[in-house]
Amino acid sequence: MNLDLSFHLDAGLGSKPALDPDALHDVLVVGAGPAGLNAAMYAARKGLDVAVLGKRKGGQVLDTSAVDNYLGLDGVDGEGLAERFLKHLSKYSVPVLDGAEVVDVFSQGPVHSVVLSTGESYRARALIVATGSTPRRLGIPGEDRFAGKGVGYCAICDGPLFAGKDVFVAGGGNSAVQAALDLAQMSRAVTVVHRSRLRADQVLVDRLLSHSRIAVLLGTRIVEVTGQAAMDGLVVEDAATGARRALPGDGLFVEIGHLPNVGPFAKRLVLSEHGEIVADARGATSVPGIFAAGDVTDFPYKQIVIAVGSGATAALSANEYIARTAF
Amino acid sequence: MKMFNEELEKQLKEIFAALKGDVTIALFTEPGCATGEETTGLMEEIAALSPKIRLVRYDRTVDAAKAAEYHVERVPAIVLIDSSGAYRGIKFYGIPAGHEINSFIPALLEVSGAESEVPAEFAARVAAIRRPVDIKVFVTLSCPHCPGAVQKAHKLALMNSNVQAEMIEASTFEELSRSFNVSAVPQIVIDGKTTLLGDQPMQAILEAIEAEAS
Ligand SMILES: Cc1cc2nc3c(=O)[nH]c(=O)nc-3n(C[C@H](O)[C@H](O)[C@H](O)COP(=O)(O)OP(=O)(O)OC[C@H]3O[C@@H](n4cnc5c(N)ncnc54)[C@H](O)[C@@H]3O)c2cc1C
Repeated sequence: MNLDLSFHLDAGLGSKPALDPDALHDVLVVGAGPAGLNAAMYAARKGLDVAVLGKRKGGQVLDTSAVDNYLGLDGVDGEGLAERFLKHLSKYSVPVLDGAEVVDVFSQGPVHSVVLSTGESYRARALIVATGSTPRRLGIPGEDRFAGKGVGYCAICDGPLFAGKDVFVAGGGNSAVQAALDLAQMSRAVTVVHRSRLRADQVLVDRLLSHSRIAVLLGTRIVEVTGQAAMDGLVVEDAATGARRALPGDGLFVEIGHLPNVGPFAKRLVLSEHGEIVADARGATSVPGIFAAGDVTDFPYKQIVIAVGSGATAALSANEYIARTAF
Repeated sequence: MKMFNEELEKQLKEIFAALKGDVTIALFTEPGCATGEETTGLMEEIAALSPKIRLVRYDRTVDAAKAAEYHVERVPAIVLIDSSGAYRGIKFYGIPAGHEINSFIPALLEVSGAESEVPAEFAARVAAIRRPVDIKVFVTLSCPHCPGAVQKAHKLALMNSNVQAEMIEASTFEELSRSFNVSAVPQIVIDGKTTLLGDQPMQAILEAIEAEAS
């Protein structure tokens, strides 16, 4: 039994660290995941007046058990990594507003304003959008109906509820394989179902294939989640033959990638065909003074180390932009 | 086995410096209660970190009157009592370890009188709840979003004595969880009927309570 200390003294409504609504800040970072936190640190180190507005301190990193691919921090857990990020940033006394959701953005000349769901608005010379991504859904019959009744999106959260049961994981990337490995610690049997080939890192695939309680069904599409009060199985289809069959099981974890959280920025910025914010090599978007970093951008790889790097890039670009722009 | 290492102990001592008044941890167990020992151990370690925290142990059967007073329905149960000896409507069923330590510590502070602020308009809506409301929040210890949901439910209970809110560790209380079809956490159940999934904002929980009443 362990303890994972990290808490907030108010339940999301109380006094927030003060951020002056009348001040014109240099940089406001939207999103407090790896990209946003590193952008804030880089901006602070450049001497900029910066603050972070984020829905959830730490971002998606909090939803993973083991992070094995962050150089120098071998085997750190997601929560631990997020804590290290926050601790490091705390040296620079950057205000980090938690539970703050940006719902609108507008600009007056070179000054950009963001509006929170609670109504407050803040102004800055530059914005860094680092709003990350959220899990993609399968979009098949039964998925919504059995959400929370067998269908889940957070394997580490819900895994203990499937102790001794049979679960499926949809997907073939790193997060699917990691979810299967996590679930296999408690579940009776885990079946990974994926429509094409596994895309996960070879080290993870090797662990997956050698696990005695994990089976892998490739070339197979999930077409329906079945059940009565709760999920009782899946209908799957062979991608080659189109033949369908029912597979009994108690749970399904959907790990098929992510959708960018573009939110209110969608109406201001040019997006890629996948709905991601188009950002150039310097993190600049289609609007001068608005930069983007991390999973929300059209950069192809969604990884913590990449998000962190792009956060630094966006902050350094924002610094240059502020220096050469008249406000 | 000790749960706190030196660093954690130091951190917690600093946090507990903010305790305003005394808090009593009323811990209910019973002989043969599978997770009772672990829970007792954790509570003993916590109580040792501040002179303001007192641990009182009860046996659910022997101390049936106390159990009834605090509406204890299963064990292990943790009830927090404020310095005036009042039961404030908040409970933890099962050990608040893992991530759930993060709902337990704010609860200790709140009950000690170090209360978090709430906007006046919201407080007025909570104060307007006139009927008894029961909020159950099902959690697992490996769930990072769960403590937030527990903390919000507890805050509502602390703000209005008609509201009772409890954390329920789903693996410890498997049967109860099954009867509520819990397969994803946090799952917030209001009066045994309305279910909210995920760490919902406090407004959403309050709206669900208000919607039920009308
Ligand atoms: C289960 C799982 C396991 C993973 N494992 C690994 C791994 O082992 N190694 C690895 O490198 N990567 C891993 N990843 C991917 C990694 O977590 C992401 O690439 C990384 O977190 C992206 O960082 P980010 O800062 O861009 O976005 P995020 O981490 O998504 O953070 C964005 C933040 O912005 C907030 N936000 C969104 N919209 C708004 C708004 N409108 N207003 C305010 N705030 C907003 C979000 O709530 C969130 O807190 C994993 C992901 C998952 C889900």
